[in-house]
Amino acid sequence: MNADRLVNGLEFLAATPLLWLSLTLGAYILAVTLNARCNKMPLLNPTLLAIAVVVAVLAATGTSYKRYFDGAQFVHFLLGPAIVAMAVPLYRHTDIIRKTAGALFAALGIGSLTAILSSVLIARSLGGGRELWLSMAPKSATAAISMAISGRVGGIPALTAVLTIATGIIGACLATYVLRLVGVKEWHARGFAMGLSSHGIATARAFQENELAGTFAGLGMALNGIATAVLVPVIIKLIDRVG
Amino acid sequence: MTIIFVLIALQLIGEGIVQLSGLPVPGAIIGLILLYTILVVRGKISDEMSATSGFLLQNLGVLFVPAGVGVIAYLPMIAAQWWIIVLVLLASVCATIAITGLVVAKLSASGIEAVEAPAAS
Repeated sequence: MNADRLVNGLEFLAATPLLWLSLTLGAYILAVTLNARCNKMPLLNPTLLAIAVVVAVLAATGTSYKRYFDGAQFVHFLLGPAIVAMAVPLYRHTDIIRKTAGALFAALGIGSLTAILSSVLIARSLGGGRELWLSMAPKSATAAISMAISGRVGGIPALTAVLTIATGIIGACLATYVLRLVGVKEWHARGFAMGLSSHGIATARAFQENELAGTFAGLGMALNGIATAVLVPVIIKLIDRVG
Repeated sequence: MTIIFVLIALQLIGEGIVQLSGLPVPGAIIGLILLYTILVVRGKISDEMSATSGFLLQNLGVLFVPAGVGVIAYLPMIAAQWWIIVLVLLASVCATIAITGLVVAKLSASGIEAVEAPAAS
């Protein structure tokens, strides 16, 4: 094989979705293996590690994100069906959900308010600009919802996307330590806190810990998506009135 | 295979309902509610449904990789205020997790499956 054929061959592979699909799955398998080797340490989150590996490969090969996503979108596409599939564990655990509904709704109100107010107030007190805290307010809701809210209240949806993904990764990495610190041991409470505060990425982590935790994380994520959409515009109006 | 079809078809119907009604929720959430309703009506989960949903949810983490990689392109947007952002996100996420977890745990009836002591990951 001569050099020209090699270059042409590589060009051909880079243009097929197969290469970027393989990279995404391969990076994730590598990340999961590494995570398992390290006793499933939450800080070494597989999603975060896989993102880092893919970013490094794209940077090293000078590949554009658009080209990568053209291939990797088949993985991205499965997010929708996976959310629909959450109906199965929800149905399986209907009894516990019914039994704890009061606690869940109280936690939804308090947790959603905490997520929004703490980010807005701390950002303001540290001297963050208006666009920043507007973009930050809906960060705990799942990306599709947080970006829509951000656009509606005058934030920057692309910035909100970054903040939302970062929120998910921080929650997935730190939740285990925070919950241990405050002594919350029940799986349903742990999961609900993870999904409410840090949506899908922490929900993925919760499913790896325990099915009950994953189920309640999915529930927390879905409910907080709705709560955030309702609360953010109201809270911003109140803050603007107070000044 | 049938299950993958069912999941995609329910999401499709969900998207259709969102388009027609203008509800501010993603179509997949409507699909979830539809599947839940089907399970309630049928009163049981088939082995195939259980296996396919388990597979998707066990590997949920990989599905966020393509979107997460995309975020890197926007990192320069946060360069000027990065330290504020890091501080705010750390404080806000940890506070939200702690408060939400405590409220659910304190207000729930006892006897729900918990981490075996001592609390490990």
